[in-house]
Amino acid sequence: MSLRIPFSETEIRRYSRQMILPEIGGGGQARLRQARVLVVGAGGLGSPAALYLAAAGVGTLGLVDSDRVELSNLQRQILHGTKALDLPKVTSAQERLEELNPDVRVVPHRLRLDGENAASLVRDYDVVVEGSDNLGTKLVVNDACVALGRPLVVAGILRWDGQLLVVRPGESACYRCVYRREAPEGTVPTCEAAGIVGPVAGVVGSLQAVEALRLCLGLPSAAIGRLLLYDGAVAEIRAITVRPDPTCPACGTLPSKERGHE
Amino acid sequence: MPVLVRIPTPLRRHTGGAGEVYAKGKDLGELVDDLDRQYPGLRDRLCDETGDFRKFINIYVNQEDVRFLDGRGSQVKDGDEVSIVPAIAGGG
Repeated sequence: MSLRIPFSETEIRRYSRQMILPEIGGGGQARLRQARVLVVGAGGLGSPAALYLAAAGVGTLGLVDSDRVELSNLQRQILHGTKALDLPKVTSAQERLEELNPDVRVVPHRLRLDGENAASLVRDYDVVVEGSDNLGTKLVVNDACVALGRPLVVAGILRWDGQLLVVRPGESACYRCVYRREAPEGTVPTCEAAGIVGPVAGVVGSLQAVEALRLCLGLPSAAIGRLLLYDGAVAEIRAITVRPDPTCPACGTLPSKERGHE
Repeated sequence: MPVLVRIPTPLRRHTGGAGEVYAKGKDLGELVDDLDRQYPGLRDRLCDETGDFRKFINIYVNQEDVRFLDGRGSQVKDGDEVSIVPAIAGGG
């Protein structure tokens, strides 16, 4: 098995501070090198998540985003700098991540993820980190992950708040068990409309990176099936256990006609 | 001891900024009535015209989603904790 492929001296030095952990070691580092993680959204959440995953030596990092870098992004989207203004975000991100860690293969997907292309994107990856800016995309990504059995780390942020859920299809509640359907326009506010504090994106995107690494390493996670609620206004993280909904249109165990298909 | 209700950030302007408030009632419907008495306008933020809880706002009684209980009829008792959790879906 390729876990035997030796590490170069520079790799050992680069990853020494995490390889020293007994639960990572050489075996874990080899798992990371083989891992393929898809990050949906190279924005506020995707920036810290992708940076930490690349720094940790995740072998293949896919990035999905259709936008270009704007000045109003730079307050929180730390993948991108002032020189990257007007560049496609996936291009800017690729340059930054390859500069950070040339060992990582960065795969840019410059498109808007939707119900048509979600499965074909997700299929090529082992773990998905969802950091898009709307509920509809999160639900579409969730459904593709559930259908293909890919673990998902999905999060949302707004102002001082963040939410995170780790989904293990077949084992835990999925995102659609928690938030059933796409909200009408204006019901669930976006960061553009309601604002976001930069480091709140940093906290929650970093939590996503922690969970994605644990999934890649095959380590247990207490965030599976638990909705983490981060409240930056009172410096608190709480968790609510969410259970699978048998009537869930994505993962429900009831026959499809008894589930909540719309 | 009444029921502890955790108020999410977007609704705290109704509670004078408080993230945790107390309310009384035998079930969630009564609890919401009591909340609205204390903090006028809160009911409209939680419930639609028919009185049902709004979609995109999840309500948990001691970690249990009230969709799996009895919605507005879900029983509550002193010492319970009710969490109001709206979908937070920004990311950009």
